[in-house]
Amino acid sequence: MKIRMIFAGVGGQGVLTEANILAKAFLSAGEKALTSEVHGMAQRGGSVVCTVCAGDVHSPLIADGGADAIVSMEPTEALRYIKKLKEGGTVITDVNPVIPPNVSLGQNEYPDLESVFKEISNRGKLIKIDALEIAKRAGNAITKNIVMLGALSGMEILPIDREKILQVVRENVPAKYVEMNERAFNMGYEAVRD
Amino acid sequence: MDVLSEKEKALLLGNEAVVRGAIEAGIDVATTYPGTPSSEIADTFSKIARHYTARGQDPGFYFQYSTNEKVALEFAAAAAVSGLRALTCMKHVGLNVASDAFMTYMYVGCKGGHIIVTADDPSCHSSQNEQDNRYYAKFGNAPMLEPSTPQETKDMVMEAFEISEELSLPVLFRMTTRTSHIRGPVNLGEIKLKKKKGRFEKNPLMVTVPEVARKLHPVLLEKMEKAELISEKSRFNFVEDFGGNTGIITSGAPYNYVREVVDELKIKCRVLKLGMTNPLPRKMCIDFLKKSERVIVVEELEPFLEEQLKAIAQEEGLDVKIYGKGYGNFRRIYEYDMDIVESTLRKFFGFEEKKKVSDTSLHAPPRPPVMCPGCPHRATYYAIKQVAPEGTIYPTDIGCYTLGKAPPLEMADFLLCMGSNVGTACGFSYATDQKVISFMGDSTFFHAGLPGIVNAVHHNHDCVITVLDNRTTAMTGHQPHPGTQYDGMGNEAIMLKVEDVVKGLGVQHIEVVNPNNLKKTMEAFERALNYKGTSVVVSKAPCALILPKSVTEGSFEIDQEKCTKCNVCIEKFGCPAFYRDGDKIKIDETLCNACGVCTQVCESNAIRRRKK
Repeated sequence: MKIRMIFAGVGGQGVLTEANILAKAFLSAGEKALTSEVHGMAQRGGSVVCTVCAGDVHSPLIADGGADAIVSMEPTEALRYIKKLKEGGTVITDVNPVIPPNVSLGQNEYPDLESVFKEISNRGKLIKIDALEIAKRAGNAITKNIVMLGALSGMEILPIDREKILQVVRENVPAKYVEMNERAFNMGYEAVRD
Repeated sequence: MDVLSEKEKALLLGNEAVVRGAIEAGIDVATTYPGTPSSEIADTFSKIARHYTARGQDPGFYFQYSTNEKVALEFAAAAAVSGLRALTCMKHVGLNVASDAFMTYMYVGCKGGHIIVTADDPSCHSSQNEQDNRYYAKFGNAPMLEPSTPQETKDMVMEAFEISEELSLPVLFRMTTRTSHIRGPVNLGEIKLKKKKGRFEKNPLMVTVPEVARKLHPVLLEKMEKAELISEKSRFNFVEDFGGNTGIITSGAPYNYVREVVDELKIKCRVLKLGMTNPLPRKMCIDFLKKSERVIVVEELEPFLEEQLKAIAQEEGLDVKIYGKGYGNFRRIYEYDMDIVESTLRKFFGFEEKKKVSDTSLHAPPRPPVMCPGCPHRATYYAIKQVAPEGTIYPTDIGCYTLGKAPPLEMADFLLCMGSNVGTACGFSYATDQKVISFMGDSTFFHAGLPGIVNAVHHNHDCVITVLDNRTTAMTGHQPHPGTQYDGMGNEAIMLKVEDVVKGLGVQHIEVVNPNNLKKTMEAFERALNYKGTSVVVSKAPCALILPKSVTEGSFEIDQEKCTKCNVCIEKFGCPAFYRDGDKIKIDETLCNACGVCTQVCESNAIRRRKK
């Protein structure tokens, strides 16, 4: 078994936490898991990307056209890494744009969302979810990363079952927020099952 | 804390694996100055120490965020010559700072094992250069280990202590961004932490006067001969045989990509994986080269292995052809990745080119890191821009404030290294008739700012030196420094005030301001600019990310009726919480940290606190 995934988003959205929880879930399911992260400068509102490669793999980095799935917390961040997607791979993205300051300053353009989704759909299966809205309903916008993880587990591309991932979620969030994160995970799961 | 896990196996970051190896090997002293990509090594030591300290237990080791890498290395060297096990970690450019101590320390050697971790940053993810620190191992004659995976990282750290003690020589441990910041499974052993004291046995050969140094240099070379024997037998240097007589020689992070590609394409080859890369296992290399018709060296940055292998082949009269830099996509710049390694190995082994993934017609807007909403540096910069004359030069330094380089502030003009703001400010002041205002953070001030200020004062150079005192080492993850209340062990420490220090250094004109008060800050810089000579402005306000929730809670909003769309908030101030929505300007309430500085920027009084 080999599975390779890209987790993308904007600094502060919890991309690394999301990817680490999944990697730990692989480990607890008895599979090898590797991740590669970007730290430091990227924390300050910059683009953040993290890989998760699991199974019979050696490299934590993914070649162009090598990712089974891209999970993105922001639509253009999914677009940024779309070259990594395997033909026919899956892209799950939140629909809420985060506008970089250079766009507000008029130096760059934020592309029209429908065109972004069209571009992604040309390359693979696109799942759009309003994870922000779901996270707020679950109790707090901060749980958006866990909503996305729940959505990924609902897609039947992971060789580990939902309960295993949920267990790692429970172990990796502060005790008083376990229930809220569980809710966020399950709501993300349901959102893609409909 | 995963690094203290009592399970058989844990998923650890490469940097955490360094720490796990050290605590399983019974480390006594760890020191550092933080720097990406090494920071989590030190932060993990600190976290462990604070974990035990908070429970009233002795952590069993001492950890220190030192003022700079040189001090960190000197401190740990003294511990190691006294028989304790020590580890000093830093980013690659940190070793430049520590190099004065490093070069002669190799002559003196150690008693307890001492590991010097250098975390290199190919591709300059968060650095001012991408120097290849493997050359420090050759330069200083240090045995060197380079891991590929977190598991190997832990194993190598444990063995590095043994090697260091066997040779009485510190060991250079080279990580890169892609070994420091990858996570992988690590098998765990027993943690052996126990507080010990060493004993310093006096020896005239530890006082490196010229006469002693001349004696020590040949001793060092003898130690390196012994080190080569260790390298020959090291389990970290090994050959994997996948058939055929074509060779790949690799080490560090690129090994992971090589193995992935060899597996995927089922390449017939033999792989020499080098974990101990200084000194090279010469006999092993000769044997490998003899059995190969052609060899390709897969290494990032400089041709460190390649040139040595070519020299060996020449000396041994081997007619094996060795390929490396310049072949396929292998270059001396930036880190390697799967595409670079795969495409080059495809060419080398005669596979057809991989189908290129086509570019997209649409592109994501660039999203570089920016100064956070509520960042006090933005307020300082904005205030200065209002009072500084056209053409003012802004030498800067290493820290979050370099992000002020981006529009709309554009308040960074020149940068070399830690502390360079002051020296270059004085040089610009002499060399031009332009005004000079330089910037450094509080941690940088203590790290390398002091000698430059002394020089400025002594020669009465006319410049304004700004210390952006945000009460922490922000960029690398909020580590303490000599100006903060606690140390890396979680113990209360003596807090040095920047303004007191510069007074002691003889600075005659000192201003201390809270940048969140723009008017007062502008006045302070006006006075400093008018002062003929060296002035220091301490712009003091805590980093927005360390402020308590009670302060950053809530947000500001724009009264659309009052807003004249003058755009000053976006085009001059540039806080990322502001955005345009159609023809309206709005504040993103999830981003706003409620500093309120924008209310002083807005000329039409249109910004107000959002009601709950």
